Amino acid sequence: MKRNGSAAILELHDISRQFVVRRGLFKKRQFLKAVDGVSLELNKGDVLGLVGESGCGKSTLARILLGLLPPTSGTVLFNGAHVSDANKRMMKRHIQPIFQDPYSSLNPRKTVNEIIAAPLGVHGIGTVREREQDVRRMMELVGLPARAFYSYPGQLSGGQCQRVAIARALIMKPEVVICDEPTSALDVSVQSQILNLLLDLRDELGLTYLIISHNLAVVEHMATRVAVMYLGRIVEANDARALFGAPRHPYTRALMQSVLTPEPGLGVPDNHLGLAYPDPLDPPEGCGFHPRCAPCRDAGLAICRAERPPAVRDREGWVECFLHSGSAELPSQ
Amino acid sequence: MADRDTTPPRSDGAPSPAPLLVVRNLRVTLPTLGGDLHAVRGVDLSVRAGETFGIVGESGCGKSLTSLALMNLLPRHARRGADRIEFAGQDLQALGERQMGDLRGNSMSMVFQQPMSCLNPAYTIGNQLVSVFRRHRKVGRSEATERAVYLLDKVGITGGRRRLGQYPHQLSGGLRQRVMIAMALMCEPDLIIADEPTTALDVTIQAQILHLLAELQQEFGMSIILITHDLGIVARIANRVAVMYAGEFVEVGSVDQLYSDPRHPYTRGLFDCIPQPGKTPPGARLGFIPGIVPSLFGKTAGCAFATRCAKAGDACRDAPPWHGDADGHEVRCHFAGAGPNPTAAPPSQGT
Repeated sequence: MKRNGSAAILELHDISRQFVVRRGLFKKRQFLKAVDGVSLELNKGDVLGLVGESGCGKSTLARILLGLLPPTSGTVLFNGAHVSDANKRMMKRHIQPIFQDPYSSLNPRKTVNEIIAAPLGVHGIGTVREREQDVRRMMELVGLPARAFYSYPGQLSGGQCQRVAIARALIMKPEVVICDEPTSALDVSVQSQILNLLLDLRDELGLTYLIISHNLAVVEHMATRVAVMYLGRIVEANDARALFGAPRHPYTRALMQSVLTPEPGLGVPDNHLGLAYPDPLDPPEGCGFHPRCAPCRDAGLAICRAERPPAVRDREGWVECFLHSGSAELPSQ
Repeated sequence: MADRDTTPPRSDGAPSPAPLLVVRNLRVTLPTLGGDLHAVRGVDLSVRAGETFGIVGESGCGKSLTSLALMNLLPRHARRGADRIEFAGQDLQALGERQMGDLRGNSMSMVFQQPMSCLNPAYTIGNQLVSVFRRHRKVGRSEATERAVYLLDKVGITGGRRRLGQYPHQLSGGLRQRVMIAMALMCEPDLIIADEPTTALDVTIQAQILHLLAELQQEFGMSIILITHDLGIVARIANRVAVMYAGEFVEVGSVDQLYSDPRHPYTRGLFDCIPQPGKTPPGARLGFIPGIVPSLFGKTAGCAFATRCAKAGDACRDAPPWHGDADGHEVRCHFAGAGPNPTAAPPSQGT
């Protein structure tokens, strides 16, 4: 899976995470595979967009990367070094989150100053005076007015709150920032400012982003690489241009069909996905996508129901689908 | 104009009967401790039979209050005023709560954003669907159940009979929204007001729900008022669209007019803000609208957008007039008169 070019800053090897679910006191325990054998790598300067429907395991993956949740199996490498319990603290310093809803991710009873300085306190960095200077510098960097220093989140607008969250993430001088739906709680006129800011900061500070979003237009705008997640697996990953130019997995195609660009007269296409997202407690046999897959239904492919498709790799990415593995005829699309 | 053979076919330009809904100078005021908040400040709209009218705006612009005012479902302390609210020839302002109740869910119904909080968790969906129908029609339980199963099938839920015994929490978000739509359709309404019907859903489910809504409209011929913040959704399913800002409409036109030739600085700003696949180069800087929405407490003088507008000048201290084309594209801006038809026209939408 090594891509040519620069070294990976963050590597995931076959990461899985299971949750134990018990539906009632005397019921049998069940296992929910939220993340199921994900291998990914982030190169320095990449903006990796992670897309998929709710419940596909995007946020679980983000929490594993942030060290908030240990994986059940698999390894995480940060700058080539194994992440273990001993150096987890170290990794947490360099990987920082920005969450979806700035109103609920900021403590309403702390001032902006306290919120932004909090990570410095946790890691015991700097004196009080140095921290204050750091905070003021960060506020300027993310475009917060200096008078907001002693404000409370309730006194700020949504866009300003998200800037506070960004400042809090950046004050640790992280190398990787994980943005979980960074703009979906914001209005469009504010969203564009935050997206501009994120791209500027990436150039200025050499950041690497993982952007989790359900808004494919935003991902297409921001990402250099894209991974598509379905039922805990990355079913397709590729360079952003290649993926948006020629999506290969039927699920990726359905996702893109579902994007409603502001072009009048096109109508709303039918994405042929059917009604149900499968129950993750009882995932389908074989390819996880086959019950909703139109090409598979049309062609009546037996193999999709029986076996899990192998990853077909090429230079930049891979796709997990029998339609591309040579084991099945590709129906004309 | 773009060709029309894609789903769903739309019918603007076709000869239209008298409008189904006519609203003139609708105002909603919320009294607060800090004074009156003028949340909706003089909205004019008219919706023809069978058309989809989109209202686009950002949060807090008053679009949801507009829809609640039409249904007379405003919060208790809110005040509604209007020169005229006429639905299918009836003056809604003259109706009492009881008569309004006969109308709601019957000839005009609503689809809300959060199906979970709008369906009653303590009753099965069958119970809720049937009771809507029996509230308005003199029919027996079995006939109402037939209708519920039929409509669940129409909204793409198979095995309707089994589903009728389920509770809302047993359904996924997409299915709940389908149930909401089925419930709105029970009495064959003439008008459905859909307030952000897909905002809480995944993109894939959103596309399915909107596809369904468009298909159902074709089949049942009802009018839809679609309220959303998403310019993409409106482009794909509305016939006409109004852009709302700070409690008033600033631009109204057919979707083709408004998207090919946005005239109000706010409308243009909105288009610049969104990354448009195929048009915006990836990674390029997006436009933005500086400043924040003005306070709507007390009297607002002049153009509400002036504080954020690059073009704003002295003229903008006066309330901007409507400038309209002969073909119904109207914009409320002092600087819009430089267009092809610079005659200042009074608001006369829905012609």
